[in-house]
Amino acid sequence: MKTRYSYGGDEHIYVEIDDEMSLDAFFICLSLSKLVRAANIPGVTEICPANASFEVRFDPDVIAPDAIMAKIKELEHEAEAQEKRLETRIIEIPVFYEDPWTHETLMRFRERHQDPSGSDLEYAAKINGYDSVAAFIEAHHSQPWFVSMVGFVSGLPFLYQLVERDKQLEVPKYLRPRTDTPKLTVGYGGCFSCIYSVRGAGGYQMFGITPMPIYDPEQKTSYLSDFMVFFRPGDIVKWKPIDRTDYDRIVKEVEAGTYAPRIAEVKFDLDAFNADMTGFNAKLMEALNDA
Amino acid sequence: MTLEIIKPGLATSVQDLGRPGYFHLGIPEGGAMDRLALRAANLLVGNDEGAAGLEAVFMGPEIKFGAEMSVAVTGADIPMMLDGDPRETWTSFTVKPGQVLSFGFLKAGARLYIAVSGGIATEPALGSRSTYPIGALGGFEGRAVAAGDAIPVGTGAVVAEGRSVPLALRRRPGTPAVLRVLTGLYWHRLTEKSQKAFFDDAWVVAPEADRMGYRFRGGTPMEFVDRPQPFGAGSDPSNIVDGCYSYGSIQVPGGLEPIVLHRDAVSGGGYFTLGAVISADMDLIGQLQPNTPVTFKRVKMDEALAARAARKTMLADIRQALA
Repeated sequence: MKTRYSYGGDEHIYVEIDDEMSLDAFFICLSLSKLVRAANIPGVTEICPANASFEVRFDPDVIAPDAIMAKIKELEHEAEAQEKRLETRIIEIPVFYEDPWTHETLMRFRERHQDPSGSDLEYAAKINGYDSVAAFIEAHHSQPWFVSMVGFVSGLPFLYQLVERDKQLEVPKYLRPRTDTPKLTVGYGGCFSCIYSVRGAGGYQMFGITPMPIYDPEQKTSYLSDFMVFFRPGDIVKWKPIDRTDYDRIVKEVEAGTYAPRIAEVKFDLDAFNADMTGFNAKLMEALNDA
Repeated sequence: MTLEIIKPGLATSVQDLGRPGYFHLGIPEGGAMDRLALRAANLLVGNDEGAAGLEAVFMGPEIKFGAEMSVAVTGADIPMMLDGDPRETWTSFTVKPGQVLSFGFLKAGARLYIAVSGGIATEPALGSRSTYPIGALGGFEGRAVAAGDAIPVGTGAVVAEGRSVPLALRRRPGTPAVLRVLTGLYWHRLTEKSQKAFFDDAWVVAPEADRMGYRFRGGTPMEFVDRPQPFGAGSDPSNIVDGCYSYGSIQVPGGLEPIVLHRDAVSGGGYFTLGAVISADMDLIGQLQPNTPVTFKRVKMDEALAARAARKTMLADIRQALA
């Protein structure tokens, strides 16, 4: 790995484990940020892990910037040596692809897009070499995804697909970010999928929408009563394509407080996954089907 | 006890010193854009410095007081009337039940802070009363205040009228406003020519300037060092694999218009950042109006820490002046 350390102003240390995305970089980033947390360094006020980088916020009145930088660097080798395993969960997220709401929005911002003549899905299918939107959608939901970062706005997950790099889907972000994105849009930018937790600005291509809320500041949603944010880094997601009838039914169930996401507890082991991706994913999805 | 909002002004919201600790989930620290101004307003009316007040931007609200209380308004320079009689900003005064505070046109600065004795007493969310409208969190129903809202106020003793922050301790941006920057993060992505131009160019505040971030325009479009884009970053040379953003960090989507992230910052994203505005100058950004000329000044870490220490001294001086 090509770890790079930098100051972000006088209150942040930025650690980039690698400039490109990989699960190896994600796991080192997770291990190193956990080691920094466990070290209880005085003056550290917040630790934010991301896909292949993380950031530490500190109070320079308590610890000098060069002193905290040195302390974090000391932990790098230990982090690289740690086993890349995680006790986590797999969650089924229903997605209504090609829904009317994201379609209306993408038409409204067409002049900010690389290909104003088509839809975001048509563009994504074309540049990734798929014959049809249906085949691209199939590639998007047939294999599971790994939540490699939570952030941007309130509880928004970034997801990385658990497939070989040559099978990864890649799309650019909009040429200029939109000023509007429907709440719970399933988006795509770079090699990452995301779910927009709230309505607002966004630059990711829009593929569909989920009826399942993932952020609820009032904590009225049954499965968000303990905490307002649903996702945490390391969660595994399997998209389930649904139609308008399913969508409307789930929206009603969420409102009635009867919707329970399908979730199974699983172990993720990066070495085992790398040795046999298809087989490992099949087991993950089996656990979900048994739940 | 309440404050009744007669006219809300523009995006007037309840703010305190913020809710650190949830940025790793995309929930920003938030809180007053100009923290020193909020602290001063609270000190003027005898509150804890971190009590919640109202932050108004570019224009003042119209407020009817439901009880006798002390009031102070700090931050921007704006004419202010109590039942039509002029009152001074940065100075405490007492209001009677039913009296109405109104404002004229903004003269300088951008944000005003209205503190009342007892503080705004909305229900805290994740440890703070600050409003985060994007996440519908905190403040009054998670949103900017609206006409007809009755904003709850805590109990606090009325203090002497005419307590005032000395002129020398009211910090204002100059013309042009100078924002000091520590380079770093993805600074190496820019060519030497663009690195130099960023500090040489005359910028102005763009209309897109809010609690999330301040956008600047008028400088030279930036050029990037050639490279094959790393896997996962996206094809534009200004794209990176989505990472964390610092408060104050400067991103330049497409190399065109720098955006300085502020208190309601997005916690991460896929644009390169060239460095960050130093902590001591964050408050100043909150007082910039659109079209204000701005230059960025490169500093080193020791200068950033000295500026931070100077801010602490200024706060200590305000505390002493009002003790």
